[in-house]
Amino acid sequence: MSKIEIKNVSKIFGPKPERAFKMLEQGIPKNEVQAKTGLVVGVYDISIEIEKGEVFVIMGLSGSGKSTLQRLLNRLHEPTRGEIIIDGKDITKMDHNELIHFRRKAFSGMVFQNFAILPHRTVMGNVEFGLEIHGVDKEKRRKRAQEVIEIVGLQGYENSFPSELSGGMQQRVGLARGLAVDADILLMDEAFSALDPLIRREMQDELLELQSRMKKTIVFVTHDLDEAFKLGDRIAILKDGVMVQMGTAEEIITNPVDDYVTAFVEGLDRTGVFTAGTIMQPVKATAHVNDGLHTILHRIRRAGLSSMLLVDSQRILHGYLKAGEVAEEVKKESVDEKKKPHHSLIHSPETVHPDTHLTEVINLYSESTGPIAVVNDNNKLLGVIVRGAIIAALSKGYKPEDNGYTEQTGTEEKVS
Amino acid sequence: MFPFRIPIRDWISAAVDYLSTQFSVVFDSISNLVLFLVDNFKDGLLTLHPLVLIVVLGLITYRMAGWATAGVAVAGLFIVENIGLWVAFNETLALVLSAEVFVIAFGLPLGIFAAGSDRFNGIIRPLLDFMQTMPAFVYLIPAIMFFGLGLVPGVIATFVFAIPPLIRLTNLGIRQVPKELIEASDAFGATRAQKLFKVQMPVALPTVMAGVNQSIMLGLSMVVIAAMIGAGGLGAEVLRGIQRLEVGQGFEAGLAVVILAVILDRITAGFGQIKKPQ
Repeated sequence: MSKIEIKNVSKIFGPKPERAFKMLEQGIPKNEVQAKTGLVVGVYDISIEIEKGEVFVIMGLSGSGKSTLQRLLNRLHEPTRGEIIIDGKDITKMDHNELIHFRRKAFSGMVFQNFAILPHRTVMGNVEFGLEIHGVDKEKRRKRAQEVIEIVGLQGYENSFPSELSGGMQQRVGLARGLAVDADILLMDEAFSALDPLIRREMQDELLELQSRMKKTIVFVTHDLDEAFKLGDRIAILKDGVMVQMGTAEEIITNPVDDYVTAFVEGLDRTGVFTAGTIMQPVKATAHVNDGLHTILHRIRRAGLSSMLLVDSQRILHGYLKAGEVAEEVKKESVDEKKKPHHSLIHSPETVHPDTHLTEVINLYSESTGPIAVVNDNNKLLGVIVRGAIIAALSKGYKPEDNGYTEQTGTEEKVS
Repeated sequence: MFPFRIPIRDWISAAVDYLSTQFSVVFDSISNLVLFLVDNFKDGLLTLHPLVLIVVLGLITYRMAGWATAGVAVAGLFIVENIGLWVAFNETLALVLSAEVFVIAFGLPLGIFAAGSDRFNGIIRPLLDFMQTMPAFVYLIPAIMFFGLGLVPGVIATFVFAIPPLIRLTNLGIRQVPKELIEASDAFGATRAQKLFKVQMPVALPTVMAGVNQSIMLGLSMVVIAAMIGAGGLGAEVLRGIQRLEVGQGFEAGLAVVILAVILDRITAGFGQIKKPQ
């Protein structure tokens, strides 16, 4: 069972919404419906299932209905049609008291773009707020608030007022206020959009780090695609109240369903989305640890490479050899064909994990001279990173499945 | 223009007559309550030695508005005592405080209700406009009809005259609470009462206190006018000065009113700021 099931949910603002539905069913777009009936379409016929522990991002430009959709989840807006089932219960059928009770049980509150923390309360008072609403006694909530204040790194500021804090710190208070409540679903509405870029990135990283420990179900609304792809396990893209595409970052980038999504994806910083695993190439030729120098040199020449990775029969990576050095060694010791390479010839290459982000791979690439090997946790060789593949991944029309090796080498030559 | 005259004055008089005879029990109870309140305030203030009261008021003013204002307040209070207006001064203070008790008791809930209901707000707004633009003297007439002469109609007229700003500013203050703060508390599952007392009222407090401040200032001006129907206090001194054309006496009483106004204004203006950090 999914944590949150959104079933054919629509929200129309204004009296007699039936008029809007009739038009929408005929495929008339939102702005025409509004012009003719005066009714504002918030969202129309959206179905999503959000899993427990997932970071689900709702993405769209302003007016796309993303915030409306989020507010339907805790019924800050009443859905006009459809069902919203959380933990197996349909919240659209709850009366006022049931709803208040359910909000306390299921939601860790909301985190807002402009923080929405109480100006007349200290940091401590703000972090305690949710627990206070839930009727937790003073000593307990103070203790819990102190824990969370330390988690978000605000210790020492417990008695400061919001007006004395920077934007980033105020948002930490907003986040801590939600985390203090022991409930599963955290709603974040453009939570980092008002912060300057450096602080924003820092907060995003911290959120991911916290999430890896806390495993909340986070529904995150943003208009920033980079942010969406960085944070979201899955992303739903909304346009004019309708969901145009849903999927993982890679699915959306590699397979945008229409021009709207394509246009979005074009402006994206791809380095944060692609990983070493996506762009790595199969290893064309390797040297075996038991191979003699002559065999290795022969293989290197045949493959036309400047260096070659050395593996054992389990494909565990042992190092790499440089073509020039091997050739010289062969000249010197031409007597013994079977002689294995001396350990001074075996260099250790840069290695990356398949989950490593492209940003880091690029950094490694600029620093190292040898090949970059992609290995798993047991040091087993999975592939290599070629310069051409990095450049291709950064270009617009990139699709991981059609990156044939030869084509990539071609790119490499042209660029270098 | 028309062959007849719309008998507004007859209607109003008839209504007032009817009410004052049929509901005398209600008016008597209100009257007793007002008297009780004013007498207790007055007795309480006058029981204290003037010096004690001067020190206490000085300290409160210092706490709310700082040294300079406190100095002015204390000097002013000494002058009042010195020129023999101490009793009248405290009577006026008691009248203002009593009227303000009623203003807050009714104004706050009405303001909160107006903030929560657009419909009620729509009804009450023209009414408040009417109450504020009506010449203050006019309130004295029905007040006399219902409560006779003396300080009770004075307090009632003051109450009617001073309540609009508090209702308005309470309404405004609550409506100006950022939407996200309300959403945040809703998202945590706050009840209506929790929202009101933990979020709306505290955030609206500076605006509400501005309302209290304004209503006290209006109340003070009305209390002076209410002396015309026998409410006593500094207003009576001013009135005496006018009737006898004694400029000096009138000026002294006027000065005492100003001193009271300054003290009350500074103290209540300070309340709105008190919870704000530096």
